Amino acid sequence: MFHRESGYYKTSYEADSALYPLPIARWTIVGLVVLFYVVAPLAVPDYYLTILNLVGIAIVGALGLNILLGLTGQISIGHAAFMSVGAYTAANLATRFDLPFWITLPAGGLMAAAIGVVVGFPSVRIKGLYLAISTLAAQFIIDWFIIHTPAISGGFQSSIQVPRPSVFGVVLDTQRELYLFILVAATIAIIMALNLARSRIGRAFIAIRDQDIAAEIIGINVRRYKLIAFAISSFFAGVTGVLYTYYSGVANNEFFPLTVSIDYLAMVIIGGMGSVLGAIFGAAFVILLPIGIDLSLSSIGPYIFENQGVLSSVKSHMRLILFGGLIMFFLVVEPDGLNRLWLNIRNYFRIWPFSY
Amino acid sequence: MDMFAVWYFIESTINGALIGLMYALVALGFVLIYKSTDAINFAQGQFVMISGMFVAAMAGDYGLSIWLAIPLALVLMILFNIVLERVVLRPMIGRPVVAIIMATIGLAAFLEGIFPMIFGSATRSLDLGIPNTPIEIFGGNVFLTPINVVGGAVAVAFFSVFTWFFMKSRKGVALRAVADNHQVSMAMGINVERYFVLAWSMAGVVAVLGGLLWGSAIGVDNSLAVVGLKVFPVVILGGLESIVGCIVGGIIVGVIEAWGGTYLDPAMTQPWFREFFPFEGGGTKDFLPYLLMIVVLFFRPYGLFGKVIIERV
Repeated sequence: MFHRESGYYKTSYEADSALYPLPIARWTIVGLVVLFYVVAPLAVPDYYLTILNLVGIAIVGALGLNILLGLTGQISIGHAAFMSVGAYTAANLATRFDLPFWITLPAGGLMAAAIGVVVGFPSVRIKGLYLAISTLAAQFIIDWFIIHTPAISGGFQSSIQVPRPSVFGVVLDTQRELYLFILVAATIAIIMALNLARSRIGRAFIAIRDQDIAAEIIGINVRRYKLIAFAISSFFAGVTGVLYTYYSGVANNEFFPLTVSIDYLAMVIIGGMGSVLGAIFGAAFVILLPIGIDLSLSSIGPYIFENQGVLSSVKSHMRLILFGGLIMFFLVVEPDGLNRLWLNIRNYFRIWPFSY
Repeated sequence: MDMFAVWYFIESTINGALIGLMYALVALGFVLIYKSTDAINFAQGQFVMISGMFVAAMAGDYGLSIWLAIPLALVLMILFNIVLERVVLRPMIGRPVVAIIMATIGLAAFLEGIFPMIFGSATRSLDLGIPNTPIEIFGGNVFLTPINVVGGAVAVAFFSVFTWFFMKSRKGVALRAVADNHQVSMAMGINVERYFVLAWSMAGVVAVLGGLLWGSAIGVDNSLAVVGLKVFPVVILGGLESIVGCIVGGIIVGVIEAWGGTYLDPAMTQPWFREFFPFEGGGTKDFLPYLLMIVVLFFRPYGLFGKVIIERV
């Protein structure tokens, strides 16, 4: 039951694309579900739950960008703008029409998907650098339109207070309740992303990534699938924005600047492009990095730096330095990211203790 | 229309064009690297920032003469770019475009962290001894900002030197050959890797120039790197392979920005405008170049002067 296979024994396509290739995979899933759904909300203190919440939100966004960047090979530097679109759509629906979250959440996603198709439209004709820059342009243009249109941004300082979501009459306002809310959303996102990758659409995406002209020749409508990729990716981003809005209680443009787009790109790159597990690793890593730096510098910093001002300046800059440094490091040394490291560990233990 | 409006228009256009030339100078560093090494440098703005910051810190905090600090910055930037090419970008040759873009974005974050940490993140002024009083032309009807005039002149001078270098000098011709095709130039006996180093060093020199001009125009701190974001509309409008396109793109972006600032922003507060477009506040110059760029991309995907690439499987 708890064994891994010793070689490659698959004899059918069904076995190859199965979600649970081995019994151990099923047990791992059960274990993880128990851990995150039962143990974590009961045992983890509030402060750490806030971190888990942020990671959960980031996972949804990273999965979305992974579909675009990792599966389809189209770069987008405007991911945060779609989150902004989702956030303001949901906030306006929730405040003006008193709609519950189970309408605003998909509505925010769909609105972002619609905008995403428009932004993705240049991808039909251009790729690579040109596409990167046109999505960067989308980030600026969407940002500007949201801030400068009072009808969307709610006027003053472009922030809208949103009511807490409620499930069956229970208002979710503690971290513990929000944790379960975000966890369910993240779980659905993970299942969707896993299934997408092994579906017809997902394989079309991978074909486009590997060689778009060849993909067109074997009968994939490249334009259509590129736009679908943008739509799905933006849908995830929009949902991320809505989740963040419900989590913080405010829809604000300042949560989604260009640097957030870059954070999400980093999650996908550091985690490992094209893998769902990688996106999860990457999201957790990028969210935990500044917290880890803060904790470690707070504990060892005073012994190194005499001056308190110097320490806080080092702390605030160290995040950017490590963040940028790690992106470069992973790209040069380990292009497949954290996911590859995990696979290496797993493969080592597959035949452990008889390693050859 | 009275004469005042005409002079106002001319003033805004000329100042915009001069600023556009300064943008073109920053964009030149980007185009140089892209043309010759196929690497896409999203950190060009940060190069400008760090060289400006280095000069300002040397002159301000360490009491160095600015004319000593500038050569120091040149040496530093050239060395830095050579090391960068060697350590980060050379291992990435042949990797997908996305990976190279991401690596330079990472580099940008890295530089934005480490330089303010070393030199402090306070805003510094960079004094090149350029006077502040506006220059009057056309009989006192048009006022020009001195730093823009100097910046535009330096940019024009630099572009002339560059054009000569690329068209006439032996090294320039070799560099063009490398830009065109790595394998063929290797077969012709050109040491391609050495010309990569040359291209990166020249980009370093351009970054120092940009840092000096932009630093004295808007002050030196982390936000100086924002200039780098304006590079993209410039290069896309002009086309990535062309140095002439770089100048034209720069001027277009500069002029569009100036018109946005002088005409669109005030118009947005007028009732007749708000009836049709319910926008608030100004700041159109932040996104007008990008909007124009998107429009151009729809009709001419390879820019105004770019090379049309035909792909074959």
